[in-house]
Amino acid sequence: MTTSDVQLMLDVKAGDEASFDLLLRRYRTPLVNFLYRMVRDSATAEDLAQEVFLRVYRARKQYSPSAKFTTWLFRIATNLALNSIRDNRHRRMESSLDAPLDEEESAPRELPSGDMRIDEHLMERDRCDFIRRAIGALPEKQRVAVLLHKYEEMDYGEIARILECSESALKSLLFRAYETLRVQLAPLIAQPARPGAGEGRP
Amino acid sequence: MMKCEEVSKELIAYLDRRANSAERRDVEEHLLVCESCRARAVEFRKLWSVLEEVPVEEPSFGFDARLRQRIAAEPKRRWFQWFVPHPRLAFSIALLIALSVLVAKLPQPKSGSNLATVQAEDDQFQMIEHLGVLENYDMLSRSEVLAEVPPAAAPQTDQQTQEPDDGGGSL
Repeated sequence: MTTSDVQLMLDVKAGDEASFDLLLRRYRTPLVNFLYRMVRDSATAEDLAQEVFLRVYRARKQYSPSAKFTTWLFRIATNLALNSIRDNRHRRMESSLDAPLDEEESAPRELPSGDMRIDEHLMERDRCDFIRRAIGALPEKQRVAVLLHKYEEMDYGEIARILECSESALKSLLFRAYETLRVQLAPLIAQPARPGAGEGRP
Repeated sequence: MMKCEEVSKELIAYLDRRANSAERRDVEEHLLVCESCRARAVEFRKLWSVLEEVPVEEPSFGFDARLRQRIAAEPKRRWFQWFVPHPRLAFSIALLIALSVLVAKLPQPKSGSNLATVQAEDDQFQMIEHLGVLENYDMLSRSEVLAEVPPAAAPQTDQQTQEPDDGGGSL
């Protein structure tokens, strides 16, 4: 029987280091993926994931199981990711005062419009990169909502607690995010990569 | 029946099967009559399949080792920190108590008038203390020191009694 996250965290609080290793093994991949999709840089994503675990470890003595462990974990991760994105944006703005930006930095990459042949674009970028860019182009809160809903399969209540909004507001946020992605990724939707694709679930 | 804007809020919950039965019924009723929302629902399902194409990123090989290193570098809590969880606060309180004790033990400052009063009281006390000796005629008359005083310098008798403490020598 799998030990629950809360029990593992209570064991860590009692001084059991092995339980911390179990939590680490359980959540390092989801966290790195979530953070990578947020910041779109693997080195930064790993640094942030380490910082999340470090904060959990530091707070082990004060831990009380008042909420789901994943809510706490992903709230820390979300805050760190948003701070990192803002710091990075701020640094880029500062550097732009001194040095001219190259074309890559100065203008956001255009996603292909529906009337363009998808083959032309996929010659340069594969579908995954295309999808990552579309997710990365979403406003921050919408991006967090989609990542937690689609990839972490969290329920609405948990995502709403992480984003500190109501469930009703979250549903609107998710609809707007998926609507944007539906338009941006229309060429890929029209041309599925795998036969039989089209019955996706979040 | 729900309008398109109202359905949009419940459409995602309907598609991911998290809507309750009443919400499901409302959305289904709308989808039966609204072609554009029906098409959107189909495209959302396809979109979710497309989003699944993104591969899972695995953490690098040294991820755990680096985290262990960072944890090992964390400063350890010492035993007294269990009793004093906030050292800065504890130090401030201790300093405040020490200052209070120090201030309480300092001698109270005295004003000029108080000093004069104390001096006058001290003089009066010394005079009262020696009053018995100075008023004792026998003792004074036997004093060798007073015997050496020339008689010419002796003052009047009534002055002796009036000014017993000036050491007058006609006794």
